[in-house]
Amino acid sequence: MQVQLNGKTTLLSEHCITIADVLAESPWSGRRILVEINGEVVPREAYGRTSLSEGDQIEFVHFVGGG
Amino acid sequence: MALTAAEQERYSRQVRFHGIGSEGQDRLARSSVLVLGAGALGSAIAETLVRAGVGRIRIVDRDYVEWSNLQRQNLYSETDAEQRLPKAIAAAQRLRSVNSSVTVEGIVADAAAEEIGEYTVGVDLILDASDNFEIRMIINDISAKAGIPWIYGACTGSSGISMTVLPGESACLHCLIDELHAEGDTCDTVGIIQPAVQMTAAYQTTEALKWLAGQKDSLRGTLVSFDLWENRHVSVATEQLKRADCPSCGEKPVYPFLSATNLSKTAVLCGRDTVQIRPARAVLLNLELWEELLAVHGEVRRNPYMLSLELEKHRIALFPDGRVLIHGTSDTAVARTLYHRYFG
Repeated sequence: MQVQLNGKTTLLSEHCITIADVLAESPWSGRRILVEINGEVVPREAYGRTSLSEGDQIEFVHFVGGG
Repeated sequence: MALTAAEQERYSRQVRFHGIGSEGQDRLARSSVLVLGAGALGSAIAETLVRAGVGRIRIVDRDYVEWSNLQRQNLYSETDAEQRLPKAIAAAQRLRSVNSSVTVEGIVADAAAEEIGEYTVGVDLILDASDNFEIRMIINDISAKAGIPWIYGACTGSSGISMTVLPGESACLHCLIDELHAEGDTCDTVGIIQPAVQMTAAYQTTEALKWLAGQKDSLRGTLVSFDLWENRHVSVATEQLKRADCPSCGEKPVYPFLSATNLSKTAVLCGRDTVQIRPARAVLLNLELWEELLAVHGEVRRNPYMLSLELEKHRIALFPDGRVLIHGTSDTAVARTLYHRYFG
């Protein structure tokens, strides 16, 4: 499945069905982030049941800490 | 209260701006703000608000000026770095010379919940210019409890993020995140460019001007995130993430970060010239990843139980449960500065 991940065309591996799957394989795993799909924000508890579709625009917004 | 002739002249361009006007300017002059942190964001935020003519500003920081600050922390000079002046003192001096009609208070302190609570008395708005999430969660709880809005802002590399929290109305930071563990990407590990600071501070201070000038309806209402190098900009509506069961701003708030049990512990290890910092909750760190991350600062030694390296002439040991030992000091403020600088 091909999606737009943080603005970049990304080919997801076959077993990436949900947001939780994508997160687990990404460098964002375990980090402070907020997830938005096609402009809709997704609550944390819904990552495991939110399935992705071809062409989805996924944003991982990172809560950076510096200042 | 009408503006004096001198104020009319001084603030003429801002008064001419439709969002502020004479009434907004008068409100600014009667407002009081707390800026937590006098690093890069604190410098940029404080300078903007003082030039804009807020009535009173209180700025708090535990650190002193160093040469590596001068590339982006716009309140400080080479003389400040040579003298190793505390940032809160150097900032207050500079701010007073920029606008003598503003009451400026610089406080040198490693502020925790109790002190921050005291600093917020009589304040209309809290601006986050801190360097770690523990302080931000404390600010978030104090804001919810006291009903004072706060503006989150943070930046590293070429990216930044900001969100305005209105108690009782918007989602709070705790609605959005509940992880406090160190992530390791700080300005000292991944670097930072000045424009990322200025952009973040611009988002924060614009929201501050709106709130203080009485233009609540103009507030952005979204979380904003950007990366200036990657040419990315994202705005996220967060109202649906507001949780009724949020421990900080929900229906039955317990303000968990005002309680010491939920915060990291700092202890001076007697007779060892060492400070230990222990996270509130034990975590399981991947020491191999941390070794990679810290390797840019020098030789890292790792065994299955810990890794160690030298940072700024202090030997540092990191354990898989998140515990850090900082050798060569018994000053907890020095140790916490180093900790947040490299571990986030």
